Formats: sequence, structure tokens, C-alpha cells
Amino acid sequence: MNKSLHQSLGLTDDEAKAIEKILNRPPNHLELAMYAVMWSEHCSYKSSRIHLRRLPTEAPWVLVGPGENAGVVDVGDGIAAAIRIESHNHPSAIEPYQGAATGVGGILRDIFTMGARPIAVMDSLRFGLPSDPRSRWIAEGVVSGISGYGNAVGVPTVGGETVFDETYTGNPLVNVLCLGLMPADRLVLGRASGEGNLAVLLGASTGRDGIGGVSVLASASFGDEEKEAEKRPSVQVGDPFEEKRLIEACLALLDAGLVVGIQDLGGAGLTCATSETASRGGVGMDVDVAAVPRREPGMEPFEVLTSESQERMLAIVSPDGLDDVLAICDRWDVQASVVGRVTEGGLLRVRDGMDGPVLGELPAASLHEDAPSYDRPRRPPGEWEAAKSDSADDLPPPADVGADLLHMLSNPSWVYHQYDHMLFCNTVVGPGGDAAVLRLKHPATGADTGRALALTTDGNNRWCAVDPRAGTALTVAESVLNLACVGARPLAVVNCLNFGNPEHPEVMWQFSEAVDGMAEACDAFGIPVVGGNVSLYNESNGHNIDPTPVIGLLGVIDSLTRIPPGLAWRDGDRVIVLGEAGAGLSGSLWAAATAGHKRGQLPVLDYEQHRRVAGLVAGLVADDRLSAVHDVSSGGLGVALAEMAAVSGVGFRGARIHGHAELFSEAPSRVVAAVHPELLPEVEAAAAATGVAVARIGLATGDRLAIKGLLDLGLAAIADRWRSPMPELTSG
Amino acid sequence: MTTRVGVVVFPGSNCEHDVVEAVDAVGGSGELLWHKDKSLGDVDAVVLPGGFAHGDYLRTGAMARFSPIMDAVTRFAQDGGPVVGICNGFQILTEAQLLPGALYKNQGLKFLCQPAVLRVESTDSVLTRRMKVGDELNVPINHFEGNYVCSEEALAALRENDLIVFTYQDNPNGATADIAGIRNENGNVVGLMPHPERAAHPLLGSTDGALMLRGLIGID
Repeated sequence: MNKSLHQSLGLTDDEAKAIEKILNRPPNHLELAMYAVMWSEHCSYKSSRIHLRRLPTEAPWVLVGPGENAGVVDVGDGIAAAIRIESHNHPSAIEPYQGAATGVGGILRDIFTMGARPIAVMDSLRFGLPSDPRSRWIAEGVVSGISGYGNAVGVPTVGGETVFDETYTGNPLVNVLCLGLMPADRLVLGRASGEGNLAVLLGASTGRDGIGGVSVLASASFGDEEKEAEKRPSVQVGDPFEEKRLIEACLALLDAGLVVGIQDLGGAGLTCATSETASRGGVGMDVDVAAVPRREPGMEPFEVLTSESQERMLAIVSPDGLDDVLAICDRWDVQASVVGRVTEGGLLRVRDGMDGPVLGELPAASLHEDAPSYDRPRRPPGEWEAAKSDSADDLPPPADVGADLLHMLSNPSWVYHQYDHMLFCNTVVGPGGDAAVLRLKHPATGADTGRALALTTDGNNRWCAVDPRAGTALTVAESVLNLACVGARPLAVVNCLNFGNPEHPEVMWQFSEAVDGMAEACDAFGIPVVGGNVSLYNESNGHNIDPTPVIGLLGVIDSLTRIPPGLAWRDGDRVIVLGEAGAGLSGSLWAAATAGHKRGQLPVLDYEQHRRVAGLVAGLVADDRLSAVHDVSSGGLGVALAEMAAVSGVGFRGARIHGHAELFSEAPSRVVAAVHPELLPEVEAAAAATGVAVARIGLATGDRLAIKGLLDLGLAAIADRWRSPMPELTSG
Repeated sequence: MTTRVGVVVFPGSNCEHDVVEAVDAVGGSGELLWHKDKSLGDVDAVVLPGGFAHGDYLRTGAMARFSPIMDAVTRFAQDGGPVVGICNGFQILTEAQLLPGALYKNQGLKFLCQPAVLRVESTDSVLTRRMKVGDELNVPINHFEGNYVCSEEALAALRENDLIVFTYQDNPNGATADIAGIRNENGNVVGLMPHPERAAHPLLGSTDGALMLRGLIGID
């Protein structure tokens, strides 16, 4: 059976009817193509909007919450920080280098659209197992793409995560977070106003690349490889040099006060940028499709309007300022063309020539406000109750605890050594630490505030596979503790919600549960959610990925006078665990990596206890009482100790860790800390005063990682495993 | 008098503000120069900063050498003015024939951003005039094309004339003779792959880069 035109564009029959009702007539091909991209899952959030409303979004320091191009928070000293995270999963599965590269490009534009200079990028990456050649190819391509684009465009990549897990075979996750800074009084919003003002298209010419990217790629699942290859033309190609000049030109335009509103062209291209700026500003816009510079001849109007060619921005300027705008663009060799004008009323009109024939005409707001919203059916998986009683604590204990520990180690430095993480000379703690720490300098004057920003991204598919609600809450808690380890307090969350096919009720249930878990944790910690991105249809060959909400957490360090302790302890340090002991193994890396087990019930998160631990740790770090500190998360105490030993080159001799369950449990609200013997009483007193348990577990010394009755490994074996660029993990 | 250091901005440069900040922090006065300018104004020294001038398209530094300002930089260098090329700036200096050799892709064919330990080999340069041969400096690298190569004759000349300024202690990129930085015969032109501006604040883990910049602006 032949598909109808609307079906082949990704619209349902009901959606096609709704469009006809809005227009009071059948849409023409151009109009239908515009609705198709704007009403796609990717642009409209039609399956997720109804749930996202449950997230807490307000706090006194929030300047802009969800819904704009980026969230913006006041970080003090007259400085505002813009932050956003976005996925580029599907393009990266098809063409890893360009998919990841354009992911970086897109998120940067979201930030400088707000008037902020991008100062840091973080990447949260998830791939299938490296033993699978295609997953390996994807991983290497993605990392090269981020390196090739991010380094050249001149924004440092200061951290992130790299996780390998079978669940991502055929459907990698590439989530990119960007942070930018601006003077607090220079917030720019993506809206048009002022009848007669001009819409100026800046940057690259428009080509046929990425047509239907949001509808064909991002809002559908993957089948066999042959079909994926056919989708390759839907992937855009990035040019970091064009983007670099575009950043400088746009920031110069904003500095000069020449811009009324500005909007990037990302998903859904010119259709999205023109309709969003117009509808936000309550105005209309005439768009002259003939004035759009093109990369190739013979492009149809619908292709020009929906192309996702990269490195383009739409600026709304007054006619008086046009000459100055063109002069600044000329200085940076940035192409600039007047492609539209702001009109009264709310109509978006596409014309051939500014006063030429009208090719398409629709209410600008209807592309956004009238987009469908679905409360899709949800239900827990049929075996949900049975899975809860299948605890990982009942798995057979390891034959060789040390071998299991080695098996779980992986060092992502092969990834971040390829990223410029030092540009702008702000990076006090870069990739490899619990959280990145960036000196906070005023974006206009360059004045050092003596304070710092801290940034982390965290996700845990195993926890969320076991229990999406509790797993998401635990992920937020881990982020909070990561910030505490560098002495920071949290300010704002952004999230990237990576889930499977929303048409499966189990997936929608996971999604809804995860949103509730995040809401609960953010409420409990008093952290507003200022932005997010939803990536659905992460499904390959009928297999939905584990639910993977990724949390980006921005925090602040109120006074930074020394480099935070980091993971490296010194010979002779006493090693302690701050926080209640835990032993539950369900959801742990150990259970997944050694037995493929992702069931049972997660360790319980006690918010009050967690806040106390985080507060204590942040205080001890600020007071320089710890030689080293590391949160206990993936791989439990065992992996935390091994990482600290590997980084410092000093071993560990310990006792009082009873059995593999205590060693590998990922129970929350715990950190490993190394303390100079003379400071130990003071640290223990501080813990007692805040009601946090302390356990002395050993001593940093020697060249072995030895725990009485449990394991004894040479540092050399750990370092070997640690150094291998892509260990053959069975899970990560 | 404060030493004025002109930092040239090519489209695609990205370390220019970092260099200005670091120069200011050690007591100089950094200012930006635009690649289309034909004059250097009244600056006392010039830095070609790191980045990706003209996107590094065609070949690193290959197009930047044709930017209008490069004629003025060349004259300034020939007249004995201090000119330092950092990373991409070093690549531009070799393309402009102000220094010999070329920078190939790293041996491992991967971009590298990491700390590096350098050894001072010559003190007859504007960056090292207050150092001693054998001094060790912690200054990070950040490049894809940092693998220094030159002909055997050129290498012999570099050695014979004490023109190698810095070597790597643990060669990260396959550079000939571990070379991290070289100078011209007068010592007023220096090119190096490591980034001194990234090692100019205690919170960044090293201030050895600041020592180099103090040399450049003539402060003990």
C-alpha cells in the first residue's frame, strides 16, 4: 500500500485532519512539510509535554526556565549562566563523526542565542560493548567528531561520561551539554517584534542536508542496517570554522545592541526559527524563500524551509541598523541576507520574492501551540512485581573478587585527551574528576570573582532499568554528591531524557516514573530544573534501550583559593568512608557486568542523610581537610578505591570491608576520603557533629590494593587495565 | 614602561584572550591585532596565538601566512622584534618561513590535550633568557599537528646553532629530536607547541608558563 504524503512525512491521519481544521482547507505540500517537522516528536515533545510539567522549575536565582533556547541562572557578581543539554543520538548512530560534531554545533548555538559566550561543553556518551565492532566504530567516530568540531570551534570540553553497555548496541546516546556566560543585564530572547523589522539569515548557505532530520531520524526507531544507510542523507554536516565566525559575529552584534531578537536554526531549520520568533513575539513574518542563499540549484521551497543545514542563525534587526549588522558580518566573513520582515498579525507567509506570490500561509503559533499533545498509555512491564523480588544479593558470590574488580575498571582518558579541555584558562578540575571546576571570570570585564562554577553530568541505566523512579532520584543524588566532592553547592539541573519507543506503554511508564523521580529529588534538594531535552524512539531492531535520564548539574563554589583535592591520595593518608555502610547489589555494575542482572530493588535513598553527607563533604573540601575524595557510585567502594590508587600511584591496605556485597554495593550517600593522620580526629569530629557515620577502612600505602580476606591486587595490574584504551567491558 | 604585546587574531584563532589575560597578569599589556590590519601599531612584541586560523583548512597555518598582517609581522621579526608563535602560531611561523621545518600530525593520529614536561635547551631566546639550560617546565600541549619535522641538514643546523629552545621529556607526538620549540638565530622569533598561557595561574596547576611570558615582556 502506498503511503499518503502526510504519512511519508511522519504525520498521522488525525494530525493531518487537525492541520486541515486549522487552515480551513487542505494544506499544500509546503505547508504540510512545515507542520510535519514542527509537529514531530523531536520539536513538539508531543508525548512528553504532559509529564514534564511535573518538574520543579522555580527558584529566586532562575532568570529563564524551560521553554527558551537555554535555561539561565544568576550566578552572582552580575553574571548569568546559560545552560542546556541536548541529544544527538540518532544522527550519531548513522554517521558517528558528523552526528556528534553537529550535536556540539547545535548546542553551542542554543547558548549564544541567549547572548552568552559558550565557555564549556560536556559530553555524556553511551555505546554498545567495545567487543562489538560496530559499537567500537561508533564510539571512535563520535569521540573524533566531538574532538574535531569542539576543539576547532574553540570551546573547551571539560568533562562528561563514557559508558559501554549492551543496551546501546545499534542505538548510542550522544548527549552534549553547553554552559555559557553573559553579563546578567544582557539576556536576549528568541523573539521577533516591531512591524517592519527585518529577519536576517546569518551564516552558511542552505543545502539539501538534513531535510526531515527531526521527523525521519529523530522521531523514528531503527531497523536493519541497510535502511539506516538510506537515512544517511538526513544527517547534517558540520563546519566548525563557519560556526566559530558565526559565534564571534553574533556576540559582536549583541555587544553593539543591534539585535532585537535572535534564534538559531537547528531542528526544522528556517520553519522553526521563523515561526518561533514570530509566535513568541506575537507577530507575523513574511519569509522570502528566494532570498535564502543556497548551496545547490533547483531546491524546492519546502526543502529550503525544512533544511537543517548547520551554522545558521536568524537575527531580527531594525532597518536602521541593517548597514551596521552587515558590516560586522562582513568583518567576520559571515554571509548575511535579509530573508524576511516582521508583520502585523500572526501569519507566517512564505513568498517567492519579498512582495512576490504567497507559496504558503499559516498561523505561526499553530506550529507550536496547536501541536498535538498525547497522554500515551502507560503500564509497568508485566514482570515488574516478579523482577522486584529477584535480588542481585542472591547471585553466586565471585570466585575471585579481585578479578571481578579488574573487569569493572575503565579509564576514559583516551576520550578526553582528544578534547581541548583547558581553553579559556578556567579549568581548575577537568575531565576525570567527580565534577569539573571552572574559575568564574566576568564575561565582559574578565575580572576574576574568586569563585568558581562546578559542572557534572550523570546517568545510570542500570539503576533506571531496575526502577526508573528510584534510579532517577539516585542519579540526581549522585550529581549532588559529585559537586560536593569539589566543594560546590547545586544551583540548577538540566536533563536529557533518553528513552525507547513512546508508543510502547512500558516505555511511557518508565518515562513518567523517571520524571516523578527527578521531581522528587529536585524538590528534596531544592534544585530547579531549568531546561531539558527529550529523546524518544531509542529503539533498535525492536529493542528499547534501558531508560537513561541524564542529569546535568550546575553548582557554585563560593570561594576557590586552591585546587580541590581530587582522587589522588598521598602515602600515609588514612582512608575513611563517610556515610552509612551499604550492601545491596541490585542495580550495581557488578551484577550487570558479571551476571547481566538488572533486577531487584535499589538501595534506599534517604534525602536528609544525603544532604548531611553532601554538606559535610563540601565543607571539608572548602576547609582543605581532605587529601583526596571520591564519591562511591558505579562499581561501589571497590572501583572507587581502585581508581584512587591508579590515579595516585599509591596502593591501599585495608580491612573492615566484609564480603563482595559491601565492596561492590552502590548504596548512595557515601564518599571515600583520604585524610592526613593529624587531621583525622578533626574530620571525625566534624562528621559526628553533622550526624554522618565514619568508618576507618585502611591506609594509603605501598604498591598493592589489598583488603583483608577479600582481595590483593598489584597496582601494576590495575594500572595496565586502567591504561588500556577501550577495555572489553561486558557492561559499564 | 609596560611592554605592549600585540596578539594577532585570525578568524578561527581561539587562544587570543587567554594570552592577553596571561600577559596582563605578569605585568605586560596585551592587545588584540586584527589579521586584516597592515600595521602592528606601536607594540613591543607580537604573539601569534593558538587556535585554528582559517579553520586549519588546506593545511595548518597555510592560509594564515597570507593574511595582510603577516607582512608587518615578518618585517617586525626581521628588525629584531620579539615574535612568539604558540601552537597554531608556531605552525604559521613555519609556513611563513620565519622558522624552519613543519608540524605533522601527531604520531598516534589523535588530538592530544594533556600536561607536558619540557626541558629548557637554549637560553638565547625571548622566552628563556632568564632561565637555565636543563630547567624543567610544566606547560600543557593541545594539538593534532605538533609532530615537528625537518630535514637532517636543518636538524644539524638547529643543533649546531643552539636553536632548539624546548624539548619534551616524554615525547607525546613523535616530534623529531623531542623538539617542542625552536628559535631563529637572533632568538627574537620563537615557535613552540605548548601553551604558556595555560600554565600561568596557581589554580591551573602550574605557573611555569608565566615564567616564559615574563621573559617575553622583559621582567625578571
